[in-house]
Amino acid sequence: MAEHKGKARDDLTVNQARPASTEQGVRQKYGGLFCSVRDAFDSKTIDFDALSVGQKRGLRASSSPYPTSPDVGSSSEGMRSSKGSGSLLNWQDEKSDRLLIKGGRIVNDDQSFHADIYMEDGLIKQIGDNLIVPGGVKTIEANGKMVIPGGIDIHTHLQMPYRGTTTVDDFAQGSKAALAGGTTMIVDHVIPEAGSSLLEAYDQWRQWADEKACCDYSLHVDITHWNDSVKQEVDNLMKDKGVNSFQVYMAYKDYYQMSNSELYEVFTFLAERGGIAQVHAENGEIIAEEQARMLQMGITGPEGHVLSRPEELEAEAVFRAITIASQTNCPLYVTRVMSKSAADIISQARKKGNVVFGEPITASLGTDGTHYWSKNWAKAASFVTSPPLSPDPTTPDYLNTLLSSGDLSVSGSAHCTFSVAQKAIGKDDFTQIPEGVNGVEERMSLIWDKAVTTGKMDENMFVAGTSTNAAKILNLYPRKGRIAVGSDADLVIWDTDAIRTITAKKHNSAAEYNIFEGMELRGAPQVVICQGKIILEDGNLHVTSGIGRFIPCTPFPDYAYKRVKARKQLAVLRAVPRGMYDGPVSEFSMSRGGTPSASARTSPTKQPVRNLHQSGFSLAGPPTPDDAPIRPAGRRAMVPPGGRSNITSLS
Amino acid sequence: MSERRISQDDDTASLLSKLGSDSPRPRMKYGGMFCSVEGAFENKTLNFESLSPKMPRRRTARAAEDSSKGGFAAFPSGRVQDTRLIIKGGKIVNDDHSFHADVYIEDGTIKQIGENLMVPAGVRTVEACGHLVIPGGIDANTNLRAAQNGLNPSDDFYQGTRAALAGGTTMIIDHVLAEPGTSLLLAFEEWLDVACQRACCDFSFHVDVTRWHDGVGEDLEILVKDRGVNSFLFFMTYKDRYQSTDSQLYEAFGVLRDLGAVALVHAENGDIIAQRQKTVLGLGITGPEGHVFAHPEEAQAEAVHRAVTIAKQANCPLYVTKVMSKSAADVIAKARKKGIVVYGEPITASLAVDGSQYWSKDWAKAAALVMSPPLNPDPSTPHYLSSLLACGDLQVTSSAQASFCTAQKAVGKDDFTLIPEGTNGIEERMSVIWDRIVCTGMIDENEFVALTSTNAAKLFNLYPRKGRIAVGSDADIVVWNSKDTKTVSAKTHHLTVEVNILEGLEFRGVASVVIAGGRVVVEDGKLTVTEGSARFIPRKAFPDQAYRRISARSKVAENRGVPRGIYDGPVHDVMMTNKLMTPTWTKKATPCLQVQTGPRNLHQSGFTLAGTQIDDHVPRRPAQKIVAPPGGRSNITSLS
Repeated sequence: MAEHKGKARDDLTVNQARPASTEQGVRQKYGGLFCSVRDAFDSKTIDFDALSVGQKRGLRASSSPYPTSPDVGSSSEGMRSSKGSGSLLNWQDEKSDRLLIKGGRIVNDDQSFHADIYMEDGLIKQIGDNLIVPGGVKTIEANGKMVIPGGIDIHTHLQMPYRGTTTVDDFAQGSKAALAGGTTMIVDHVIPEAGSSLLEAYDQWRQWADEKACCDYSLHVDITHWNDSVKQEVDNLMKDKGVNSFQVYMAYKDYYQMSNSELYEVFTFLAERGGIAQVHAENGEIIAEEQARMLQMGITGPEGHVLSRPEELEAEAVFRAITIASQTNCPLYVTRVMSKSAADIISQARKKGNVVFGEPITASLGTDGTHYWSKNWAKAASFVTSPPLSPDPTTPDYLNTLLSSGDLSVSGSAHCTFSVAQKAIGKDDFTQIPEGVNGVEERMSLIWDKAVTTGKMDENMFVAGTSTNAAKILNLYPRKGRIAVGSDADLVIWDTDAIRTITAKKHNSAAEYNIFEGMELRGAPQVVICQGKIILEDGNLHVTSGIGRFIPCTPFPDYAYKRVKARKQLAVLRAVPRGMYDGPVSEFSMSRGGTPSASARTSPTKQPVRNLHQSGFSLAGPPTPDDAPIRPAGRRAMVPPGGRSNITSLS
Repeated sequence: MSERRISQDDDTASLLSKLGSDSPRPRMKYGGMFCSVEGAFENKTLNFESLSPKMPRRRTARAAEDSSKGGFAAFPSGRVQDTRLIIKGGKIVNDDHSFHADVYIEDGTIKQIGENLMVPAGVRTVEACGHLVIPGGIDANTNLRAAQNGLNPSDDFYQGTRAALAGGTTMIIDHVLAEPGTSLLLAFEEWLDVACQRACCDFSFHVDVTRWHDGVGEDLEILVKDRGVNSFLFFMTYKDRYQSTDSQLYEAFGVLRDLGAVALVHAENGDIIAQRQKTVLGLGITGPEGHVFAHPEEAQAEAVHRAVTIAKQANCPLYVTKVMSKSAADVIAKARKKGIVVYGEPITASLAVDGSQYWSKDWAKAAALVMSPPLNPDPSTPHYLSSLLACGDLQVTSSAQASFCTAQKAVGKDDFTLIPEGTNGIEERMSVIWDRIVCTGMIDENEFVALTSTNAAKLFNLYPRKGRIAVGSDADIVVWNSKDTKTVSAKTHHLTVEVNILEGLEFRGVASVVIAGGRVVVEDGKLTVTEGSARFIPRKAFPDQAYRRISARSKVAENRGVPRGIYDGPVHDVMMTNKLMTPTWTKKATPCLQVQTGPRNLHQSGFTLAGTQIDDHVPRRPAQKIVAPPGGRSNITSLS
């Protein structure tokens, strides 16, 4: 439709806008890029102090460089003082809700085309050439650069509580870093304490995020234990609270880990309700054994972390999760794909037709696990995450290839930062090191640099991998993840040539270490627009804490469930109608615990005749009802009236 | 190499009756061999019982009686001659090459191989002209006694081994199943007792570990060191009964590695299966087809993958029993490509038929196929498994024989989860493989021998006593008629079950003469067996086939810590709520103690790993030494 509208006006000035704007790229404007250095540095230092003490409130007071109130005027002052060039700041007018991007090349996941974009009230209103827009609209000259949908970081842990403290990047700091990197939406994980209420945790996270987030966000909820009340809460979250994806853990034995049976039940439930099952896939039992062994051997440093979590255990768990998901016909999403073998298993499963999505994270795409052996404890510890980064240095390249080929679907950052002092909790025992790495800010640039500039993927795939696929999985597409009329005005003007060097001194996260330290990345956001407002321009970041909205996700995302639904209809099991077996039956004793698991079913043997009928009936049942045939309770209730007659004729 | 060693052994044995003299001997000395006959015979008998020294002496005595009875008394007059045999005119097929030669057998051992042998007069001659002379088959997986739901298999050691012999299999390895909570040792004794009385062909045992707890490790050690068991089966399915958790498997595999045993797994995901069973029953599906629904192929592949992972971590050789599906076989093949020491065992049923008969309208027929993992409904599975066998991705074939008669199966007539699981196949195994794999050109006769016999012998440390036709090996020989055909039918088979899952199938390749323990048991289509005539064959730990690589790896696989200065920066205060994210190692929650010990421990680490394997090939069982003394026994010790 956007296309169409564009076409309508195309004839007028087909030849004018495009070539001119491509050529006229005014390079000298970018000089402003360097101003941001001190600014970023200041805010970071302050945040670090405030946060590492574990005071949440202190942050609000002291981290003033970006204003906490949505009051625009004050934020403009803040910026002016910090960098002193006010030339572009008239976006702060009342008209600031209206924006026009001229001369850009719009890149969606399916195609790229040249057109202008007009935004109003946080929505994209028009796309095309020579748009008719009201006067006085703030105009951004894209000069032929790519305009892409803002990135969606589908996996973050901001402000995550950890043993009485929280990660150093809270929702304000973390989402600021996200915006600085071209990510305009984050999806955070709600982690309820094992045994506590999911809903309460969800409300808590909502409260934190609503207060502070600078960009739109959505939430995954982690299921850390499983029982009927949790089931109820999950149902509630999906129906009323806008959560459609739930993570379960196959690691962290005795804490979060779930047994295969529980996984089966969770997946069955989610499949019924249209949720996405996410798994943290590692074999927790073996890890626990290996950890004990490492400690026994006297290996206490961060290298023990990677030694006790070998790649195979990740692959094994992925395989198991896929098997269970396939049995339950539930779409599966594997978080944090860190190793070649795990990625291989996902791609094989996809070849077999399983509905499974893999998420490599910034860290696994950008760096490897050799640093665990660093002599610098703090540096080595900063890489600790699980599954660990693979020590194989070819892993990042491999994962980038699979991301490009579509075998891995989305990229997250798993941003979860701890200060060195926090990491030092585990200075004598690697199992105590808080796990998590940074990556929310570097994600887009890193993928551009590793995958696009190397020719593995093109710009459209880039958009798919950083934004569109995530939006589809979350069922937010096309509101997010696409530049189209009616979509949210979350845009990034991407400068493919910019080169920046990652360093902890300049990054927007509060962590002292950046695991990508010193890496030179090509490709960076030039302008970031979030909710129709300019967040990043000329290297200046203007964020407003608390404007981030919660974006509810609805169940049954087409991207995953269209296939699942079709399969459900096919996969009806049918019994074979047989005559009654009337031969001899051996005596047998159940005394030795011989009943295989369905002990409730033993009584039927005593009344064979009735049972045969029952079985005959149920088999006749499946053809008629299409949906929800899998629930035994309902089935039994249906037995009594009349239906039995079918059976007799069958048997 | 073994070939050469054997010939030397033979020479020395014949003259000096003791190992040690390495001087090469000319071939023509064979004539001198006859002196050793008596000596060898005694030794052999002795050897058999005394190999398990911890067993009470009474058994030794009784067993000796038995065997003497088996050797002489039980034979009708004139059969004594059977102890000397010559097989003439056949083509001897070993796993490495084939050649034309005669075989002279005396007292249950192969004494001479060659042309124009000098043999005593009056020796019985078996004509094998135009046929293949192959080592007797070894069936590495049978369940002739393991009860399910209190039901004993309808074919016990007598009928089972009889059928085995009829099909050309001269040795079985049976599974000792100890119900959870009972002692492995007692179960082993019980099995041994029964088998000694009933079995007609040589046997050995795997022991199934149905519940892993601390004490089991000691039982295993006794079994490995004193009882001649070097393989243990673990279940990943049968939830709440036999199933082991991942931690237990890891621990157990570590113990097995240290003991030098092979880990066997019944690989299926028991959790998924338990859930599926409920679901399927809930749908009202109670017939045998429900069994297939409840045991999806993926659950098998998943468990195989998990077992392989755990075995890799624990550095233990793994043997996957009953590979029934393509995907499970694929997982094994891939793991082997990655260098993991893993072996896969397809069974007669999975090589010959598919699971489409689960949908048979005849309940008895459908129920006869019930086994787990189930036969795969995909009709191309048998062919696929055959091709993997042919290329070496799967190595061993067995029958997984566990037959239950229809009345027993009917226990589950209203609930498929109660149907006793197991199929026949012990008799047809060799023919199935010949017909399906050799006749189709996938493998040659040598590989046939490898698949049916030699590989199992190597893996379970029976080689070259079993699994090879060589001087000094046991006289378990089959004259294989590759041209004859046989139609399988429950009417003519040697088992007691009423339904044969291979009913009506015609197979090329028949065992026309079977010699077990030096006696002709099958000839001219007649089966002459002697109940209780068989011996228990103890197996030593650390089979080379599996453990050479494992030992090398455990020396390499040292993990080292990084020597670092002590971290002296700020440390965040921790609330010891012990909840979020603390990964599991709570006992170590006071880590400060470890600071100084860092460097020292590093050394320790290297030591522990390497230490376990230092004495790999030192014979561990005192029994071995007892056996050795009287001269002639050398045949066997030096071979093994």
